[in-house]
Amino acid sequence: MSRIDFDVAHMLAGLLVLISFMQLYQDRLYALLNVYALHALTLAASVAWQAMVQDAPHLYVTAAIALVFKAIIIPVALHRIIVRLGIHREIEKVVGVGSAMLAGMGLVALSMVVMLRVTYAADPLAREDLAFALSVVLLGLLMMVTRRNAVGQVVGFMSLENGLVLAATGARGMPLVVEISVAFSILIAFIVIGIFLFRIRERFDTVDVAALDQFRGERQ
Amino acid sequence: MTFDALAGVLLIPAVAAALLAALPDYRVTARLNVAAAALTFLCALSLFVRRPQSGAYLIVDDLNATFIVLTTFVGLSTSVFSLSYIGHELQIGRLTPPFVRFYHAMYQVLMFAMNLALIANNIGLMWVAIELATLTTVLMVGIYRTHEALEAAWKYFILGSVGIALALFGTILVYMAARPVVGEGLDAMVWTVLVRRAGAFDPALLDLAFVFLLLGYGTKVGLAPLHAWLPDAHAEGPTPISAVLSGLLLNVALYALLRFKMLLAANAGALAPGPLMVTLGLISLVFAAFMLYRRRDIKRLFAYSSIEHMGIITFAFGMGGPLANFAGLLHMTMHSLTKSAIFFAVGHVAQVKGTQRIADMGGLTETHPVLGWGLILGVVAIAGLPPLGIFMSEFLVVSSTFARAPLLAIVLVFGLLVGLAGLFLRLNSIAFGEPRGAVGKAQASYVPMFAHLSLVVAAGVYMPPALVAWFQNVAGLLG
Repeated sequence: MSRIDFDVAHMLAGLLVLISFMQLYQDRLYALLNVYALHALTLAASVAWQAMVQDAPHLYVTAAIALVFKAIIIPVALHRIIVRLGIHREIEKVVGVGSAMLAGMGLVALSMVVMLRVTYAADPLAREDLAFALSVVLLGLLMMVTRRNAVGQVVGFMSLENGLVLAATGARGMPLVVEISVAFSILIAFIVIGIFLFRIRERFDTVDVAALDQFRGERQ
Repeated sequence: MTFDALAGVLLIPAVAAALLAALPDYRVTARLNVAAAALTFLCALSLFVRRPQSGAYLIVDDLNATFIVLTTFVGLSTSVFSLSYIGHELQIGRLTPPFVRFYHAMYQVLMFAMNLALIANNIGLMWVAIELATLTTVLMVGIYRTHEALEAAWKYFILGSVGIALALFGTILVYMAARPVVGEGLDAMVWTVLVRRAGAFDPALLDLAFVFLLLGYGTKVGLAPLHAWLPDAHAEGPTPISAVLSGLLLNVALYALLRFKMLLAANAGALAPGPLMVTLGLISLVFAAFMLYRRRDIKRLFAYSSIEHMGIITFAFGMGGPLANFAGLLHMTMHSLTKSAIFFAVGHVAQVKGTQRIADMGGLTETHPVLGWGLILGVVAIAGLPPLGIFMSEFLVVSSTFARAPLLAIVLVFGLLVGLAGLFLRLNSIAFGEPRGAVGKAQASYVPMFAHLSLVVAAGVYMPPALVAWFQNVAGLLG
């Protein structure tokens, strides 16, 4: 693999981690969705680059799914849901921006230490891709924890899935089954979530998950 | 083309799901649901007689044949139970016909997904199947659309998806470990190929993969501290789904974990997965045993009991060795049968009493003797009293542990006793004393409940040598 191939792949994966950080401190839902769209766009570019470098044309399908479905359809649909629910206000956070960023840095450092040490035998591109992918996955988890708003949690989950796609495409020659299924499961997951959001709205007039927590563990 | 049982256990539920979604009348669909489940069970039984060829995607060996037969059997009896349960729910207007249609279709999709997860030879395919099973159960848990049901479904969905996502990352890592040895492409995800060549894999990558898989699929098994979704999902969904969740879906996730455990066992350099599983199993057991005391909701009570028993099973498989594996397999089978029987009883109890609050039900043996004594028999079995089946398997787990790690065995016995006392405390107020609460008429079908319980009693009294030999053989496979 030539130098430039490696550098571009590296840059795109690194960019994905950076955008994950940007998602952490967005306190408005619209802005959050825009950043998520950027996240998906970067993923599409990264997957397309891998498709070219690895000479694996089926990966273009995954890239196209990321581009059309995740970067366009989902953000637009969520935009509409937000408008319809009338919740384009600020997102409440459980922890502040500063501590979330610090925790995020800690997680990235953790995934670098773990992955780079474990995979020293693998080829450099794969191992660094995997380290970046784990960072994106962990940052997605962190985002799900720090958001109380259901839409925010869903976006966190979707950026987590982006990290998984990055890992799957970084693993050279991984059968198509998995990539398609990942994309497909996101579709299903999204439909499920969409239904849930509507129902939650219908029932409780809020998408704030804290409103769901009245019922924790025991029925009185 | 000759008859293929593998295609049968997949195609019958798939076709049935499509049919059930299309047909409007619930009386027809509920019976069709039973018929489809029965056909699937027959197909699964035929796996013992004639075994189809394993390929790159599907596999049948002694291990998963056991799981498939158990799954399809409990699936069949639950569909019989669901027949009377759903009829009652329609009568009191808790469910409307469109939802019942949806429910039946989803039931068959769930059976399809669980069967697929069990016979998948490709670790990616197995993951997809478990994800599908998760999504269908999320939809079913939320089917009543009450505040509580939606919260339970949302919680289950979020925690389940995170678990599933971690499991996928683990799966990708396994592929990464296999690729340098097996080569790129499909082969590096085929379980039979993986386990044959696992000796040459990079142990560090395999270790990391297993940690992710344990956390991911462990969430689905309901191991503490990853169990938070389980009690809510059991308590708020329709009771047939609680029975299937406890009796089957938890097993399927555990089966996935066992497959990867075998993979690690084939690599000399990799970490021993046993201690991790033992630790999680013991934590779940002791934690859930204490949680039994403060439960006020009857379905939640038995949900915690499921966590307790999954803990015991995970512990047994974590200990490993022929005897502990044998005990684990036996315990898993007995727990599936008993717990689903208990949920059949609980479903009818909640219907006649019109509530799930333990405080509002009492004196069940006086008002509904058959139901009351059935529930008592189930609880006696699940608590592990002799001479029932669970006593035998728990006794085997404990005695094999005492021989190898006495300290662990003390914790194990402590957890078992705490759990037993907790269950009986609750059972006492439900079954005996002054009758409390509403006295509705039971329109129950007792057949599934007593079929399961009689199997459990029979297994406790006399295990046929052929069955023992079969379990020993499977335990040997698990290593």
